[in-house]
Amino acid sequence: MSAPMLAIEGVWTRYGAVEALRDVSIEVGQREIVTLVGANGAGKSTLLMTICGAPQAQKGRVLFEGRDITRMPTHEIMRLGLAQVPEGRRVFPRMSVMENLLMGAQVAGHDPKPLLDQVFALFPRLEERQAQRGGTLSGGEQQMLAIGRAMMSKPRLLLLDEPSLGLAPLIVRQIFAAIRDLNEKEGLTVLLVEQNANQALRLAHRGYVLVNGRITLRGSGQELLAMPEVRDAYLGGGH
Amino acid sequence: MSATTEAGARPSAMAAALKDAAITALVALGLFVPIVGLRTDVSPSGTLMLRQRWGDVAILVAIAFAGRLALLAWRAFRGDAKPASAAHAETMRKAGRTVAPILLGLAIVLPFIPGTGRYELDLGILVLTYVMLGWGLNIVVGLAGLLDLGYVAFYAVGAYSYALLATTFGLSFWVCLPLAGILAAFWGILLGFPVLRLRGDYLAIVTLAFGEIIRVVLINWASLTGGPNGITGIPRPSFFGLTFSAGGGPGSFADFFGIEPSPTHRVVFLYYLILALALLTNWISIRLRRQPLGRAWEALREDEIACRALGINVTTTKLTAFALGAMFAGFAGSFFATRQGFISPESFTFIESAIILAIVVLGGMGSQIGIALAALVMIGGFEVFRDLDEWRMLVFGGAMVLIMVVRPRGLVGHRTPTVALRERRSIGAEHVAEGHG
Repeated sequence: MSAPMLAIEGVWTRYGAVEALRDVSIEVGQREIVTLVGANGAGKSTLLMTICGAPQAQKGRVLFEGRDITRMPTHEIMRLGLAQVPEGRRVFPRMSVMENLLMGAQVAGHDPKPLLDQVFALFPRLEERQAQRGGTLSGGEQQMLAIGRAMMSKPRLLLLDEPSLGLAPLIVRQIFAAIRDLNEKEGLTVLLVEQNANQALRLAHRGYVLVNGRITLRGSGQELLAMPEVRDAYLGGGH
Repeated sequence: MSATTEAGARPSAMAAALKDAAITALVALGLFVPIVGLRTDVSPSGTLMLRQRWGDVAILVAIAFAGRLALLAWRAFRGDAKPASAAHAETMRKAGRTVAPILLGLAIVLPFIPGTGRYELDLGILVLTYVMLGWGLNIVVGLAGLLDLGYVAFYAVGAYSYALLATTFGLSFWVCLPLAGILAAFWGILLGFPVLRLRGDYLAIVTLAFGEIIRVVLINWASLTGGPNGITGIPRPSFFGLTFSAGGGPGSFADFFGIEPSPTHRVVFLYYLILALALLTNWISIRLRRQPLGRAWEALREDEIACRALGINVTTTKLTAFALGAMFAGFAGSFFATRQGFISPESFTFIESAIILAIVVLGGMGSQIGIALAALVMIGGFEVFRDLDEWRMLVFGGAMVLIMVVRPRGLVGHRTPTVALRERRSIGAEHVAEGHG
C-alpha cells in the first residue's frame, strides 16, 4: 500500500482535566474502510473531532495526504477533501432536502449537478423527498441525507460517526451497503466509528479497538471479529 | 391539542374543560384576593383602614373562568379544523404573492392619495422606519438565528454618527449615510467578537447589556454627545443640493422647480427616502438569502455543529450577520437623526429593541412580507388606539398575545426554499418543531 491517506501519530487530546485520547496512533490507507470500535466514552467521537480540529490535539500529529493538519482551523480542514457525517445526523431541520444537499456542496464549490445525480443514484429516496424539509424525514432518511450532504463536497476521505445510531436493523444494512458501494465503486476512503461492532467490522478492511482513550487491539476486520476479547466486550458474547 | 373526534368523547372533554377553567378561576382567586380584594385606605379619622372589595374579586374570577372556557372551546374547534392547514399554507403563500405588490404600490402612491396629510405621511415614515429596522434585525435574528436584544445600539450609533459628522464637520447627509452604516457595521463586528461562542439565552443577555452600555455612554460622555440634552440643530437632508426651506428662496427645492414653497415637500421627500432605504434593505436581504452567505446564515440558525462539519467558517458567518444587520440599523439611525433634527439618548432605550424584536417575531422569523405587516400592525395600531389613553397598552398587549395564540409561528410562519429542481413548494408552519429557531 502507498502512503496512508490519513495518519494519526501519537495524539493526546484532553477536555480540561480529562484526558480523552492517550497516545493514539492509527492509519487509514487509500481506498480502505477502517472501523474504530469501542464502548461509550472510550474516545471514538473525540478522535474523529480531533481529526477535524475541534478540539485540537495537545500532542502528536494528524496528517492528511501527508499534510500536517493538526493546528489548522476546522473550516480549512474540511476544504482539503475530507468530509464528516456528524454523530446524530444533524440535518438542517427547516431546510429542504435539496437545500441540505447544496449546503454540502457550497464550501468545496464543485458543480453540484453531477454530485446530486450521484447522491440520488445512491439514495433514490432522497430524490423523491427533495422538496421535503429535513426535519420531517424518518431517522434512516435523515442518515441518508447526512451522508449525501457530506458526499456533495466530493471528498476522498469520509468520516462517519455512528451512522447506525437509533436505526432499525434493515435500515442499518442499507446504510452499510451504501458505504460499501461508495468504497468499491467511487474509491472512497472511509473511517467509521461504531458501537455496532459486529456489522461495522464485517464491513471494514481493518479495525482498531479503543478503550479508555488508548488503542488496545488492531487487525483486519475478520481477525478482530474472531478475537475472544472483542467477542466478549463488544459482540455480547458471540450473539 | 387533544381534539375530540367522536360524539361519545364530548362529555369527558367538556368535564375536562370545566375542570381546567375551575383551576384557572382558583388561581385567579388566589391572585386577586390580596391584590384587589383587600385595599388599605385612609379613614376619615386619619388612621389606616382595610377596605374589602369581594364583589370586584368575584367579577374578575368569573371573567377568568369564562375566558379560559372560551379559549378551550375555541382550541377544540380549531383542532377539528386542523387537516386543512396544508391548504391554508398554500392560500397564505398565494395571498403573500399578491399582498406584497399591493402593499408596495400603496406605499409608493401614498403621498398622492387625496386626503393624505402631514399626519398620515409622518405615520408612514414612522412605520417604514420600523419596517426597515425589522428587516435589518431579521438578518441577525430571523436568518442567522442570533437572538439580539441590543439592536437599538446600532440605531443609536447611526444617529449619533450622522449628527456628530454633520454638526462638527458639516458633511452632507449623503456623505454621512454610508459612513454611519460603516460605523454601525464596525460596532456590530465589535459586539460580534466577544459573543462568538455564546448562543440563545446567554447571547441575549450580552446583547441586552451592550445596548444599555451604548446608551449609558451616550448619556455620560457629555463633552462629545451632549449627554442627556442630546444634539440639536442637526442639518436636514437636501434634494441633490436643493434645500427644503419653508420660505422658498434661491437654491431651494420649490424655487428650482418653480412651485409654491410648502413644508409638505420635505415630508414627502423624507417619506420616499425611507421607502427607498427600506426597499434597499429588503432587496439586499432577498438577494443574500439566495447566495452562499445567506444559505450559510440559515444553516447556522439550524445547526452550528453541522455547519462546522461542512467546512463553513462559523466565525465569519456570524460576524457578517452582525455587521450587515447593524449597517441597516445605522442607515435607519442617520435617517432618524436627519428627520428629527434632534436626538438624545432617550430615543434609544431598551423598549425600542423590544419593539423591533417583537416585529420580527410577530411577522414570522425570516419572512420579509410578514415583518412589513407586523410593523404596520404594531406601529400603526399604536397610533390608531391613541384615543384609548392608558388602555392603549392593554389593547396592545392583548393583541400581541392573541397573534401568538392564533399564529404561534408569526403572521407568515412558512418559508419557501431558495432552491428547487422543479416547482417551489412552501413549508408549512405546522411541520416546524416548536422551540427551534
